[in-house]
Formats: sequence, structure tokens, C-alpha cells
Amino acid sequence: MAKASPSEPVLTLDGIRKSFGSKEILCGVDLSIHRGQIKVLIGPSGAGKSTLLQCINFLVVPDGGRISLEGQPVDPSDRKALCRYRQQVGMIFQDFNLFDHLTALGNVEIGLVRVKKMKRSMARERALAELERVGLARHAHQYPAELSGGQKQRVSIARALALDPKVMLLDEPTSALDPELIGEVHAVIRELGAAGMTMIMATHQIGFARALAQEIIFMENGVIIEQGPPDQILDDAQCQRTREFCAKITELGGHG
Amino acid sequence: MTGEAGFIFNELMPSLLRGLWMSLGLIVPSAVLGFFLGVLAGSCRVYGVRALRWSAHVYVALFRGFPLLVQLYIWYFGLPRLGVYLSPYMASVLGFSLCSGAYHSEYIRGALLSIKKGQVQAAQAIGMTRLQTILHVILPQAVRRALPGCGNEIIYLIKYSSLAYMVTCIELTGEGKIIASATFKYTEVFTVVGIIYLALVSVASWGLGKLEDRLALPGFQYHRA
Ligand SMILES: Nc1ncnc2c1ncn2[C@@H]1O[C@H](COP(=O)(O)OP(=O)(O)OP(=O)(O)O)[C@@H](O)[C@H]1O
Ligand SMILES: [Mg+2]
Repeated sequence: MAKASPSEPVLTLDGIRKSFGSKEILCGVDLSIHRGQIKVLIGPSGAGKSTLLQCINFLVVPDGGRISLEGQPVDPSDRKALCRYRQQVGMIFQDFNLFDHLTALGNVEIGLVRVKKMKRSMARERALAELERVGLARHAHQYPAELSGGQKQRVSIARALALDPKVMLLDEPTSALDPELIGEVHAVIRELGAAGMTMIMATHQIGFARALAQEIIFMENGVIIEQGPPDQILDDAQCQRTREFCAKITELGGHG
Repeated sequence: MTGEAGFIFNELMPSLLRGLWMSLGLIVPSAVLGFFLGVLAGSCRVYGVRALRWSAHVYVALFRGFPLLVQLYIWYFGLPRLGVYLSPYMASVLGFSLCSGAYHSEYIRGALLSIKKGQVQAAQAIGMTRLQTILHVILPQAVRRALPGCGNEIIYLIKYSSLAYMVTCIELTGEGKIIASATFKYTEVFTVVGIIYLALVSVASWGLGKLEDRLALPGFQYHRA
């Protein structure tokens, strides 16, 4: 595989469209992200943030447009290639979606064993290292039902990290959490960012977004209205709608 | 020993024990085969491509629709017409497995439908294929949920295995019938036969309960009364 040049984006979206029934949810979204960048998606409920993130790894198949990883367009009809692509794009869900029948360790290990075909003993070692990284080595043998929400989300991050993704997609990773559990997940995400992970994250936690992101993208009704550095978008947006939304969300969310 | 006790211990029990072995020989393979058929058919009905889904639907409709005895007659008396000769034992195991599988598939299907969509999405997101997702994520959870229902079907199988003697596979009920006809001691014979089935069912329920406990996971337990 050709190594991407530093100037080339890791991931590029061109004109992504998606409709559910007659309702157009994404109306041609363009986006690209470079290695080590962190971009945060904000926008009102129903803007299409989740749909966009799910389109990126084809959990929702776009009706139109093109997605390329390191310059290689992805063809979702080639199932093998799609599985290979998905290994390189980690996904973090709002409600964790840990495999309920597996321990924390099992959740992290299963991708290594089944998808990467790694030997069980090596997979175990790697999975433990990933759990250690998110501070959960002691909970390796607990089942999802025995973990707190924050711990579950950290396991799901470890599960994605184990596959060495080139990009991580995070869909409101802390919105299902009690306020006192948000911090531990934010800390893990912050460390990931510091370690150079490329990330696209939807969130309503404005304070966190400001501290973390190089760029904030404001979306509404399936289009990107405005994007730019956090201070510009959050405090000094060009567009009236962006200003209104940011004023409201800053007032509500404070400095999460 | 003479009289009733003598009859029961010297004449009845040896035959019934022979019948019991035959019954077990029918029940165990039919239960295992039926269960796997059920998992296969249930999975096809939920996740199969159109042709598979359709075939599985037809299978379930036919085998739940035809009375079991009629199915056994077809396997044993009907197939020779087509040049296929099955022993009474083979015809019975085939009949029981296919019928049982149709019922199991319904429990499995219900359990598959109860698995949240997020589980599938998470599996796809780490790059699993459809088959891997079904085998390693969905079925391990669904089978646990289906276990009480499938157990019920196995209990039922224990009792309908008594139909095998209608196609001359002489199992527990068949042995009982032969002795009862010869001695006219219907009450004694069938009371003992009934007690043996009761014992079989009790042991099976106990075993299934143990299996459920073994497979129980935090978050998947349910509370047996
Ligand atoms: N599977 C689906 N079928 C039909 N409509 C859908 C489906 N998924 C999403 N939608 C619709 O698409 C629109 C965008 O949804 P989406 O979940 O992407 O919004 P969002 O920006 O993530 O909102 P939130 O902030 O509430 O998470 C919504 O109006 C939603 O009702
Ligand atoms: Mg959303």
C-alpha cells in the first residue's frame, strides 16, 4: 500500500448524500481530515451528525458521494475491502454497544482474534495492554453489565484502538453518561489526541470541544454551514445560525 | 417374587429397560440434530438472503403444519415408493429432528430478533463479516435467550418420541404396549411407563437448568422460579 504523503488527507468525503425515504438527511457533505487532526461536529438534534459518522464507515450506506482513505476510494459493494477499511476506522457509539456476552477483555480481544486472525495468546496480551491504556486492566474479567457507563465507554475505546485505526469516529461518546463519569472518558480521549490519533467527534460538550479540536464543524439540516478553529466558530461565527446555536449551547453546556 | 411385584420386576422391567434404551437412542440424537437445524433455520429466516429465507420459511411451515405421525408415516412408509428405504430407527430420528428443528427455529428466531441493532453495528464497525457477526456476536447471545424455549421443545420431544413405535421402532411405549396386550395389565404397565417418562423429563429439566446456569452471564440472567 502506498504511504500517504504528509500533505494528503487521511480521510476525504466528497459530496456525501443520504436520504431516508423522501427525507434528505445529508445533502452533499464534503470533509477532509489530516493525520493527527481532531475535528468536532456540532449542530442541533437531527442535523445529521450521527448519520454522517455512520456513513463514513458504511454502517449507513450513502446514496451518493465518495469516501477515500489515504487517497484510496472505498467501494462498499466489495465486502472484503469494506471489512478491511472498517478495521482502519474505529467507531465509538453513544451507547457503547459492547458485546454483552463477552468480558471487557473478550470485547477487546474478539476483533484481534476473529478479524485480524491473531493468535489467542498474542491477542490477549495486546487486549490487556489496550485495557491498561484506558485504565481498566483491573476490570478485564468483568462483563459489560458489571461496568459503569464510563468504564463501558473506555472498553469500547480500547476495542477500537486494538485494531490500530487510522481514524476514530466518536458519536457523542459521553452523552449517555452521568456527569461525574464524563471526565474519565474525556481524559482518555484527550490522551488519544495527545498521542496523535486522528479523530472526528460529534459532541454537545462545547468546553471539551474547544479544548480538544483544531476545527469545529457546524452542521444543520444535512449540510455543513461553517467550519473553522474553535474560537472563531464558538465566539465569532460568520453565520447567524451558527452564532445562535453556539450561544445557546455554551449557555447550556458550560465548560464540560 | 410372585404376583404384581413379580410381574413388574421379572417381566415388565426388563422389557421396559430395553425400551428405555431405545427411547434414549431416539431422543438424544434427535434433540441435538433438531437444535442445530433450528439454529440454522432460525438464522436463515432472520439473516438469510431471499432464497434461503424463503426455503427456511417453507421448511418451518411444512414441518409444523403436518402432524408428526403423518411425517413419520411418510418417512417410513412413503419413501420406499421413491426407492429410499429407511430403518424404523432412522425414519424416527429423521422425523423427530426435522419436526423439532422447525419448532426450535421459532425460539431461535425470536431470540435473534431480540438482539439489539447496536451489537451488529459494533461488530461491523470492527470489520467483522456478516457470517462472523452472526457466529461470534449474535448467536452466542441469542442461544442463551432461546434456551428456556428450546429446553421446552426438548421436553416435548421426550414425550413425542413415543410415536416411534407407530413405525415399528419399538421404544419404551412400544415395549409397554406389547406387554400390556399380552397380559391385559394396561393399568400397571402404563403407570410404570408414565413414571419412567416423568423421570426422564425431570432429569432433562434438571440438566437443562444446570446448562442455563453454566451459560448464565451477568446481564443475561433470568430468574427461575
Ligand atoms: N434509520 C433511519 N430511518 C429514518 N430516518 C432516520 C434514520 N436515522 C436517522 N434518521 C433521521 O435523520 C435525521 C438526522 O439524524 P441524526 O441521528 O443523524 O441526527 P444527529 O445530528 O445525530 O442528532 P442528535 O444530536 O440528536 O444525535 C433525523 O431527522 C432522524 O430522524
Ligand atoms: Mg446523533
